[in-house]
Amino acid sequence: MKQMTGAQLIVRLLERQGVRTIAGIPGGAILPLYDALSGSDVIRHVLARHEQGAGFMAQGMARVSGRPEVCFASSGPGATNLVTAIADAMLDSIPMVAITGQVPLPMIGTDAFQEVDIYGITVPITKHNFLVRSATELLEVIPEAFRLAMSGRPGPVLVDVPKDVQNQLIEIETLPEPAEPDPAPVLDLAAIERAAEMINAAERPVLYLGGGVIHSGASQQAVTLAEQASLPTTMTLMGLGALPLDHPLSIGMLGMHAARYTNFVLEEADLLICVGARFDDRAIGKAAQFCPNANIIHIDVDPSELHKIKTAHVAINGDVAKVLDALLPQVKVKLRDAWLAQVDGLRNRYPMEMPARDDPRSHYGLIHAVASALDDEAIITTDVGQHQMWVAQAYPFRRPRQWLTSGGLGTMGFGMPAAVGAALAAPERTVVCFSGDGSLLMNIQELATLAEEGLNVKIVLMNNNSLGLVYQQQNLFYGKRVFASKYRGAPNFLRIAEGFGIAAVDLDAAANPAETLAQALSAPGPCLIHASIDREQFVFPMVPPGAANTEMIGG
Amino acid sequence: MIEQVAEPLEQAGITKVVLELDVNNHPGVMSHICNLFARRAFNVEGILCMPTPNTDRSRIWLLVFEDRRLEQMILQLEKLVDVLAVRRHGAEHEVFVRLEQFFH
Repeated sequence: MKQMTGAQLIVRLLERQGVRTIAGIPGGAILPLYDALSGSDVIRHVLARHEQGAGFMAQGMARVSGRPEVCFASSGPGATNLVTAIADAMLDSIPMVAITGQVPLPMIGTDAFQEVDIYGITVPITKHNFLVRSATELLEVIPEAFRLAMSGRPGPVLVDVPKDVQNQLIEIETLPEPAEPDPAPVLDLAAIERAAEMINAAERPVLYLGGGVIHSGASQQAVTLAEQASLPTTMTLMGLGALPLDHPLSIGMLGMHAARYTNFVLEEADLLICVGARFDDRAIGKAAQFCPNANIIHIDVDPSELHKIKTAHVAINGDVAKVLDALLPQVKVKLRDAWLAQVDGLRNRYPMEMPARDDPRSHYGLIHAVASALDDEAIITTDVGQHQMWVAQAYPFRRPRQWLTSGGLGTMGFGMPAAVGAALAAPERTVVCFSGDGSLLMNIQELATLAEEGLNVKIVLMNNNSLGLVYQQQNLFYGKRVFASKYRGAPNFLRIAEGFGIAAVDLDAAANPAETLAQALSAPGPCLIHASIDREQFVFPMVPPGAANTEMIGG
Repeated sequence: MIEQVAEPLEQAGITKVVLELDVNNHPGVMSHICNLFARRAFNVEGILCMPTPNTDRSRIWLLVFEDRRLEQMILQLEKLVDVLAVRRHGAEHEVFVRLEQFFH
């Protein structure tokens, strides 16, 4: 029999769950938990400068480790500041447990100081959430939060803990076992057999890999399937890295900013094998005209994704790694010379155009110069906007979890704190955050956290002093009426970095930018690498919103 | 980024459907269910909830109009942690019919 407080119990349960790093910010309503955390010998706390930063640090850790990671925030504004990071985790299926302090139970509903209904606020943006009403409940709620975050399709879970529950003393006989993920759904062998028959019978099949392949650790199976059946393979933004981009069967990312040939190959397909993807509008364009001639096999762990946008001819609910394991022995080895020749023909005729890719002062050239200076061990994060799409198009991703980006929610401000989280989870790796001047300013305060932790994070700032993707769309789709997308002021990012105590280099002033870049990337510790880019360079090709994927402009 | 361009929201059909949900009986369950319908712009015509005696469960009855999105709504309901089972009945189910006398 052991006596402890609710706060001490939470810390014990987190330790037993294997949590080793927590990002957060303390405040009045979560001080008992912080007091208990200060007594932990195994959990390291990283003090963020804004709770959204803490949320993205937890996400960065989780996207690298594949395990649920934890962030802390206090009640009221602390909790509401987490909201964007939680919603982002929901849209990209990232396992995360957010623990918030709440005003004491008797004060809930009284509009107390820093009281907000974070339970109610996070209902639509979490897999599940809890408002804990007694310390005893924590024995169930904490393991349950982890089980839910990592089972099936991963996602965020929020646990709101009133201050008096944190302080409440309880007697504990035995602590619950750490949570394990639920067993995967039972394999639908009949459907898997039908899928194999369809693949074997198809003439022009295409494999379409999404983030589910990364989450499930199914990249190896996906590559084997592609090679065994000679399947041209496209990846979503979230699926990049599942198959090496320079693999002969890779046809790159599909959708709004795909290479022209990729979308044309999909147009020709007679079978689409969708693995761990969800037919998102940015990937498929106008749904009715996507892969008009193809039968569809859809494999997903979330049953509500099957038939949601496109009706599948064979729908298989299951863990994609396990389904592919069962599918592979039934898939015949095929060479598909004619189809692969047709794909090559389209690739040669409508290739990915990357003008000035050898000039490190251009946007594609800068991305290539970064890739040339790094190996595949590096982790790449991005913010959101033009730079994100250029990196997605141009960076040679070759392994899962090499690429961390805010796909579903598209959150500017994601990149740098996520890079901090990635570096916390994998301190031996170099982490590069590609960012834009608009995005970087949205969580610029985390430079302080980065400096404090001294992590090996390099920020490559592609500065066009504007909200580039907004500027692009106003030019393309709003009669060139450019409004609220060009900044009039121009912050000096080199001095900002300096002010935070972070080294900075300016590629604009470098005589040999590629060399300066390589030096900056190989020096240990944080660094901001500044490069001006041309505002008039747009992301091409582009599928106009609402159009079919074959109606691309530019590129 | 860019505005969402989609097909216009489908008008609800005229056929009514009764959904019967077995749920855990603890605070917050109703808010999870109502929020799910509200955020997906799916109208709920009628709602009824009572604890099932001598259990820690409740039963919720929902009256909705059938449309193409209903299957997706049921799949989403089944994903809610506190929803244990969802059963679908036709509009002839008597639960709301017998309640009508209280709504005149």
